[in-house]
Amino acid sequence: MEVKIPTRAYSGAIRPITLGKGGKAFTVGGETAFPFYTFEGQMPNQPRFGLEVLDLEPSDWPATLLGAYGAVVKDPAAWAKKCVAELGADFVHLTLAGTNPNDQNLPVDHAVKVAKAVAAAVDVPLTVWGCGSAAKDAEVLKAVAEALSDRRLCIGPVVEENYRQVGAAALAYNHVVIASTPIDINLAKQLNVLLGNLGVKEDSILIDPTVGGLGYGLEYTYSVMERCRAAALTQQDDKLQYPMYCHLGVEVWKTKEAKLPGDADSALGDESKRGVLMEAVTAATLLAAGADVLVMRHPEAMRLSRELVKGLATG
Amino acid sequence: MGLTGIQIFQLLPKTNCKECGVPTCLAFAMNLAAGKAELKQCPYVSEAAKQKLAADSAPPIRTVEIGTGKGAFKVGGETVLFRHEKTFVNPAGLAMLLNDDEPEASVAGKLKRFKELSYERVGLTLKGNAVAVRAAKGDKAAFGALVTKVKAETEGGIILMAENPEVMAEGVKACADRKPLLYAATPDNADAMIALAKETKLPLAAKASDLEKLSALTDKLAAAGVQDIVIDPGSREIKKALHDEIHIRELSIQKKFRQLGYPTIVLPFEMTKDPMMETVYASMLLAKYAGIVVLSDFRGHNLFTLLLERLNVYTDPQRPMKTEQKVYEINNPGPGSPVLATSNFSLTYFIVSGEIENSRVPTYLAVLDTEGLSVLTAWAAGKFVGDALGGFIKKSGIADKLKSPTLVLPGAVAIISGDVEEELGSGWKVVVGPKEGAYIPAYLKQNFAQ
Ligand code: SF4
Repeated sequence: MEVKIPTRAYSGAIRPITLGKGGKAFTVGGETAFPFYTFEGQMPNQPRFGLEVLDLEPSDWPATLLGAYGAVVKDPAAWAKKCVAELGADFVHLTLAGTNPNDQNLPVDHAVKVAKAVAAAVDVPLTVWGCGSAAKDAEVLKAVAEALSDRRLCIGPVVEENYRQVGAAALAYNHVVIASTPIDINLAKQLNVLLGNLGVKEDSILIDPTVGGLGYGLEYTYSVMERCRAAALTQQDDKLQYPMYCHLGVEVWKTKEAKLPGDADSALGDESKRGVLMEAVTAATLLAAGADVLVMRHPEAMRLSRELVKGLATG
Repeated sequence: MGLTGIQIFQLLPKTNCKECGVPTCLAFAMNLAAGKAELKQCPYVSEAAKQKLAADSAPPIRTVEIGTGKGAFKVGGETVLFRHEKTFVNPAGLAMLLNDDEPEASVAGKLKRFKELSYERVGLTLKGNAVAVRAAKGDKAAFGALVTKVKAETEGGIILMAENPEVMAEGVKACADRKPLLYAATPDNADAMIALAKETKLPLAAKASDLEKLSALTDKLAAAGVQDIVIDPGSREIKKALHDEIHIRELSIQKKFRQLGYPTIVLPFEMTKDPMMETVYASMLLAKYAGIVVLSDFRGHNLFTLLLERLNVYTDPQRPMKTEQKVYEINNPGPGSPVLATSNFSLTYFIVSGEIENSRVPTYLAVLDTEGLSVLTAWAAGKFVGDALGGFIKKSGIADKLKSPTLVLPGAVAIISGDVEEELGSGWKVVVGPKEGAYIPAYLKQNFAQ
């Protein structure tokens, strides 16, 4: 019996955005169809995977996660190097957790020093990510943008409260901004409009839709991402035609279920596999919704997710 | 519904007798097309017209029920492509594979896990749905014996996996009263499987090597009178499997392609030997349309993870999830513990309670019913305000458990602290906490660590 496969006519495309500089730079985005719908459009650049490095030794990571790195977690530069050289990360995402005013409140100098050390240790694209306090991030990210002006960093989270300062710094030094909004398609669009008005170029924006982890709001992120992609590809919504950056490892590994101990026969199963699967399944779900750049924490979860992408893109 | 008002009008008596409550047959037809009337309101429609209209209004993807009693579950019945359009209807069934050549200890362990692994979450019980018993040996007695055991030991659904009709018949004999799914009719064994399914009125899976052959096969099944069908397009590579799932959903919903308007069954364990990778493939297919996912094993780490994903994917996308209004105890709080206030938007509740847990600081969490709105939105809507919050705290009686009651407000609504103080009276100290969940652990440790 003849089966005629229906195909959509898409009217828009995701902008290709190049991250980093030199031989290890890469491009993400460029899709002309829904995620992995390669029977009706192109997905010229495969989604990319990075590992997260913290500026200070992690205090709340479970042993199953720390064990994947060993002693390097005390030294961000050595840690970043390991992520790339041994674990095969496409890029490194440095989170400046220590600058948080509600926690250690380390100064801008600290941030710049760590960011420079990490940048010197790796030649792959580098994301520098603030602590989430809009005011502090404005200061910190501005200084980092200037100190690493030759790297074409990704910097974020750029939010409505600090987009002027951080956006201007990114513009001045040709970095890519990660525009972060709280799981809302209209806010995502609005922030991109503001960044455009500020003069941030169309080749320098990524959307961070804000990730809810598996069992902790993933459904909201999933639908906002699907809607962003649909608006970008089928309604020519120009302000949403950017690749999506998903900072997911942190969301998975802060949940209690990812951290609880247990063996293969316990109710939540083997602790060495549970967190990894929760992270890899979160990644798979986000990939289905349109993730282009994924920040992960466990190298094994990254390996699994990458294997999935390989199968979907080339199989 | 595909038929237009004019097409429906052609099927009506055209006598304009008004008994249906509208002046003309045409008006009635228009109402039918718009879903504003029901066919039975017209006493004069012919049988032929009834059938035609019923077929047209049948859901694009059939709902198939497997199992009985507590173990029954439905799959299919989906109406949209994307969950933001409308809630997905029947959560994908998760099944655990059991081979009849597995060692006894392995079988015992699997059945134990099938029975015991279940999780409480947001007021729901999450668990696997079925055991898929596979005739790996091709031996009637061995298959029948294992099916008998599964039936005796579990309440869940059963999927009988055998392609030899004689072996299948043995399994059917053992558990027909539990309404198992028969997997599968293929182009080679279809006649015998159809006979078996018709005789027992059991749902039947159809498996072929591509969508064309599958469509021809379901056509044959339907023509023979088998209605409850589950389909397997035979793809065993993840890319093809995903594309087939998408094609099947789009063909049935957008094109009303009846031959593929059935729930699907996927077997990720036939796509990889690595159980971790199998789980990842399963998760992709679960997000994209699989009706039943058969896993090589249920372990806490893979089952729990996929159950969470299923819960997320199948949640109503329109309605914010709400948590029950009450004072929750986290990390075993005592008389010296603070009371944190937040809204009952589930996402907010999950984040805040998770952060409190992370802090390990014993804490009470007072969750105010804000009709599922987040703190700031609820404040703007006049729901997270002094008298509502104060009233709830007073009524909860939590003060009686505390030495020096301290209420911590979310930083985003510092503005209401005066009103809350006024409402609560002098027995309470009201302070303002951090603006974001991520800062809660540091805040609690600094101010309330024991
Ligand atoms: S009851 Fe039937 S025949 Fe009479 S007007 Fe209505 S549709 Fe026409």
